[in-house]
Amino acid sequence: MNLHGIWAIYRFEMARFGRTIWTSLATPVITTTLYFIVFGSAIGSQMKNIGDVPYGAFIVPGLMLLTIFSESVFNASLGIYMPKFTGTIYELLSAPLSAVETVIGYVGAAATKSLVIGLVIFATAHLFVDLHVAHPLLMLFYLLLVAASFSLFGFCLGIWANGFEQLQIIPLLVITPLTFLGGAFYSLTVLPEPWRTVTLFNPVAYLINGFRWTFFGISDVDVLACVAVTAGFGAFCLAAVVAIFRTGWRLKS
Amino acid sequence: MPEPILTVAGVSKTYKNGPTALKTVDLEVNRGEIVALLGPNGAGKTTLISIICGIVTPSSGSVTVAGHDVVRDYKAARRAIGLVPQELATDQFESVLATVTFSRRLFGRSGHSDYIEQVLRDLSLWEKRDAKIKDLSGGMKRRVLIAKALAHEPEILFLDEPTAGVDVALRRDMWKLVHRLREQGATIILTTHYIEEAEEMADRVGVISRGELLLVEEKDALMAKLGKRQMDLTLVEPLDAVPAALARWSPTLEDEGHTLRYVFDAKAENTGIPELLAAVAERHIAFKDLETRKSSLEDIFVDLVGQRA
Ligand SMILES: Nc1ncnc2c1ncn2[C@@H]1O[C@H](COP(=O)(O)OP(=O)(O)OP(=O)(O)O)[C@@H](O)[C@H]1O
Ligand SMILES: [Mg+2]
Repeated sequence: MNLHGIWAIYRFEMARFGRTIWTSLATPVITTTLYFIVFGSAIGSQMKNIGDVPYGAFIVPGLMLLTIFSESVFNASLGIYMPKFTGTIYELLSAPLSAVETVIGYVGAAATKSLVIGLVIFATAHLFVDLHVAHPLLMLFYLLLVAASFSLFGFCLGIWANGFEQLQIIPLLVITPLTFLGGAFYSLTVLPEPWRTVTLFNPVAYLINGFRWTFFGISDVDVLACVAVTAGFGAFCLAAVVAIFRTGWRLKS
Repeated sequence: MPEPILTVAGVSKTYKNGPTALKTVDLEVNRGEIVALLGPNGAGKTTLISIICGIVTPSSGSVTVAGHDVVRDYKAARRAIGLVPQELATDQFESVLATVTFSRRLFGRSGHSDYIEQVLRDLSLWEKRDAKIKDLSGGMKRRVLIAKALAHEPEILFLDEPTAGVDVALRRDMWKLVHRLREQGATIILTTHYIEEAEEMADRVGVISRGELLLVEEKDALMAKLGKRQMDLTLVEPLDAVPAALARWSPTLEDEGHTLRYVFDAKAENTGIPELLAAVAERHIAFKDLETRKSSLEDIFVDLVGQRA
């Protein structure tokens, strides 16, 4: 195991985040605040509780995931896309690093950053609503799993992309809509049929509900299904990354 | 018995939807040798180096570095290799020290080492260690790339056109560096378009053209074997035509008849010079100067590439 090599990539990526640390942290804090002003106070006061959970608290897990999805995908994809773009990838390809070691470095760094941002949002949310997390350890674990899975996905995206617009199109066209339609801001129980059933085919709905369960112990779908979908997504992305490295697809000619 | 550090066996490469960049290439390089690969644009030099370093997948053949197959035992093989690419690709926002430390770690070594300082001092980069790479000149960036390639103490160094776009002073520096590295026992393979560079630095010269390694020879042997010499007689009175009596040496008239040029084979037993000079004297052709010179690698190269074209 080339631990020094993994550490080199991890540090490099963290230094890249470090250079933009204030914008990286200010953006989620400001966005979260806006969401709470709009949904929490303005609209939320008109909304009835979902189960025993006040609406303002109900949206916190979805809000965290919304940012974690996009941060993970963005950071991991840019991390591997930039060396391809500038040509410094030659060093990575000629280094004594296995596919798994390379991925641990890049995905580990992207997931770390997402995790930090997720926790910053969590802390910000405390300023607006009362939050009691039912299963704090599970919540952290779930957060890590989601951050790692989406970072893996972003890593694949970065290898696939041939231009900056391709890096942005997938999050914009796929992830954000699936998140909004997956019940980030509402309970699936409020949906009329057939939309309720349709939503059950949206994998992101399981991610959000699983995460929400760690907060409030409530979920619109089976918690085990949530865990299975999340782990399955992570495993799928991991397999894709390994296949990419094995074949050198879009990395080597 | 010299020990080969690099063995390239039957390596070829056809790019997808592209040209056959390398036809079957075989090459063996011994420890401590400096080999120059000489060839025009698009000859396949970078392709060959990229295959050895693991950046390009060969269509056929195998490569062994320091006894390790570069595919099956890639980690051990790559730890022995340092690569300075042709393109100036750098992480613009990193500092010199950070990027060199990064390279050392990437190749599996601890980032805390006096060796990094030594490399940076050797390349006159120590004063600039905290500068961002984007603020360096092009020549400095190339030095940074060399420092990165040396950072993990490789046994064999690949320099892909180390002096492209580099001024004369830096080129001389680069040559000195190569000689110094050789004294420390490194094996170096470099590519170049410039024959003077191959002549200056290399022990052996390989000539690549259109994906074929036409030959690999000791530089001196190559010069001797293929080297032609040429003798110029500067005449007192210009001639209109080569006199019939001199025809068997087939000399040429240059410089509007003021120079009689005779090209001969330097390695031949009999160069024909004494006979030619006797014939010139017999015909009372007066000359005021006589000059012979060795043909350079450049002439040899043009000859070789011309022959196969
Ligand atoms: N990634 C690639 N895809 C397709 N064709 C390529 C690729 N890289 C190189 N080639 C082609 O392979 C041939 C050999 O290129 P290569 O870069 O190895 O030449 P070179 O000897 O290094 O030339 P130069 O002196 O210009 O650097 C060229 O015809 C080039 O166009
Ligand atoms: Mg080249």
